Amino acid sequence: MESIGVLMACPMNPYLEQELDKRFTLHRFWKVPEKSTFLTTHCNSIRAVVGNASSGADAQMIEALPKLEIVASFSVGLDKIDLAKCKEKGIRVTNTPDVLTEDVADLAIGLMLAVLRKLCESDRYVRSGKWKKGSYMLTTKFTGKRVGIIGLGRIGMAIAKRAEAFSCPISYHSRTEKTETKYKYYPSVVELAANCDILVVACSLTEETRHIVNRKVIDALGAKGVLINIGRGPHVDEPELVSALVERRIGGAGLDVFEHEPEVPEELFGLDNVVLLPHVGSGTVETRKAMADLVLGNLEAHFMNKPLLTPVV
Amino acid sequence: MDSQPFLAKTFPPLLVLRSPSVPPFFFFKSQLQAHFHLLDPLDSSEPTHSFLSRHAPSVLALLCVGATPISSETLSLLPSLKLVVASSAGFDHIDLQECRRRGITVTTAGQAFSEDVADFAVGLLIDVLRRMSAGDRYVRSGSWVTKGEYPLGAKLSGKRIGIVGLGRIGSEVAKRLVAFGCSIAYCSRKEKPLVPYAYHSTVDELAKKSDALILCSSLTKETHHMIDHGVMEALGKEGVIVNVGRGGLVDEKELVKFLVQGQIGGAGLDVYEDEPLVPQELFAMENVVLAPHASVYTPESSTALQELVIGNLKAFFSNEPLLSAAQLE
Repeated sequence: MESIGVLMACPMNPYLEQELDKRFTLHRFWKVPEKSTFLTTHCNSIRAVVGNASSGADAQMIEALPKLEIVASFSVGLDKIDLAKCKEKGIRVTNTPDVLTEDVADLAIGLMLAVLRKLCESDRYVRSGKWKKGSYMLTTKFTGKRVGIIGLGRIGMAIAKRAEAFSCPISYHSRTEKTETKYKYYPSVVELAANCDILVVACSLTEETRHIVNRKVIDALGAKGVLINIGRGPHVDEPELVSALVERRIGGAGLDVFEHEPEVPEELFGLDNVVLLPHVGSGTVETRKAMADLVLGNLEAHFMNKPLLTPVV
Repeated sequence: MDSQPFLAKTFPPLLVLRSPSVPPFFFFKSQLQAHFHLLDPLDSSEPTHSFLSRHAPSVLALLCVGATPISSETLSLLPSLKLVVASSAGFDHIDLQECRRRGITVTTAGQAFSEDVADFAVGLLIDVLRRMSAGDRYVRSGSWVTKGEYPLGAKLSGKRIGIVGLGRIGSEVAKRLVAFGCSIAYCSRKEKPLVPYAYHSTVDELAKKSDALILCSSLTKETHHMIDHGVMEALGKEGVIVNVGRGGLVDEKELVKFLVQGQIGGAGLDVYEDEPLVPQELFAMENVVLAPHASVYTPESSTALQELVIGNLKAFFSNEPLLSAAQLE
C-alpha cells in the first residue's frame, strides 16, 4: 500500500503520523509551502485525507483531489468535512466514535466541578503563597444540581450517567424525544436552559445547531446558571457569552472549545468563574491511541476492500 | 459585656471553645444564641483558665468550633461536662480517649459534609488526571497560541480506585466513581459487610492494585503517615494520590520527593501537614493540584452543619436521642 498517497491535514498525533508514514506515502499538508501547487502536482496520487477537529476536507479540497476515495477523521465531529460533497462523489467518510465518549464525558463533569467548586481558582490561590490560616471562600455545591444536556447521543448519555451518581436531576433537548430514557425532555433549548442549573452542549455541529446557545438561551440560564461546552466553539454565540460573563448575567462557564481556536477572548482571562481548556476533550494517551488505531483500521479496511470499521458516509 | 437578650439567661448554657484562626464558617453565633446561653472565653477579658473554672459547675455541654484543640487539660477543668459537640468532619483535635474515660459523649458532623467532600475529591482526581488547572493556566497565559497543543493527560474512566477509609465520605466517593466505570477497592480498620467493593487489609496491598488512592480516613495514631515511602512505591510511577482527609495521613516530605523525582504520577491535595504552609516544590508542578482545605465550604454544608449542631444540643438538653453520637472505641 506504500504507493497510496495520504494527505494529513494538520499535526494531530505523532503515533498516527508515524504509522501512516510506514504504510502509505504520507503528505504533511502543514509542511507544504505552496498549497495550491502541491495539490496540482499530487492530485492524482492522493486517495485519502486524514483530518481532525481543526481541519478536514472542505468542498475546495475535495474538488482539488479527483482520486480521493476516503476521508478518515481523527475525531467524532464531522463539521470540518463537506459531507454532502463526499456523498455526491461517492467518497467514504469515517470518524472515531465510542473510543472517546468516556474521556469527553469525564471532562464535562470535571468542568462542572471545577467551575462550581472553583478548583482552578483555589489552585491559583495556594500557588500565589497568599493562603492564610482562617481564610476561606464559599463555593457552590455540585451534588443535586439540575443538569440540562443539549444532545443526548453517546456523549450526552455518558454525561447523564455520571451526573446521576451525584444525584443530579437530568433533563435534555434533542431533535427528537428519546422515549426509551427516563430523563425529562424539553422541546426547546430555551426551556431546557430555564429549567436547569448547569447547561451542557453535547450535540454535533451542523447548520441547525450553529449558535444553538444564543442570547435568549443565555438569558434563560440566568445569573446562577453555568454553561459547559464540550461540543464545538460555534455551538455558542461567543461574543454574547463573553459579555454575559463579564456583566455577571450568567453564573459561570466551563469551556473546552472556542469559535476561533486557539484564540480565546481575553476578557475571560480575568474572570474567576470560568475554566478555559485548550480543546482537550479526548486528550488522553489511551484515547488518542485508540482513535489513531481506528483511523488506521478504517484506511486499511478501505484499501483492502473490507467493510469500514466506523463509516459515516 | 453580655450582648444577649435577657431571656437568654433561661436558655441552657453552652460553653464555646474556639481558636481565633478558625474560619467563621464553623461559628454561627446568632443561630446558636437563639437557643443557648453562650459562654465564650474569647468574649471575656478574664483569662480562659479562670473563666472555665468559674463557669465549670454549670457546663454540661461544650461546642468545639472547627479544629480547636480540646485537650485532657481543658476537660479536667469541666467536671460536669457530659457532651462535646464537634463541628468539623474530623476530630483528631479532641482527646477522645479522655472523653471515653470520663463517659463524655462526642457528636460528629455526621453526613453534613459528606457529599461536598466527595464531590471535591472527584474534582481533584479529574483535575490531576486531565490537567484541568494546568490547562486553564496554559490558556490564560497565551501558550495555546504560541506553543500549540497541550500535552495529553490520563484517562479516568475504567481506572482502579483505592479508597483509604470507607466511612461516610469514602462511600460517597465510591458511589460517584462507579458511574465512571471505575473499579473500587478499599482498606479500612475492619472489612465492611454488604459492601460491593474489594477489601484489602493493608494500604500497601491496596496501593499495589490501584491506579489512584483517595484518602478519606480520619487521623489517629494508627493512621498517621500511613501513606509512606512503601505505599507510594507500591502505587507506582503512574499512580495518583488525592487527599481530602488530613495532611498527617501522608508523609509529606516523602510525597514531595516522589513527585520531584517523577516516581509518582501526580497528587490532588486539599490538606497538608502544617497548614497553611504548602511545600514550595509543588508550586511548579503541572501534575499537582492544590486546594486550601476547602472541601466543605458550600452554603449547603454550612446549613447542614448548623442544623446538626443545634439539633444535637436541643436533643441533649431535652433528654432525647442524639442525632450523631460517635462510637468511641
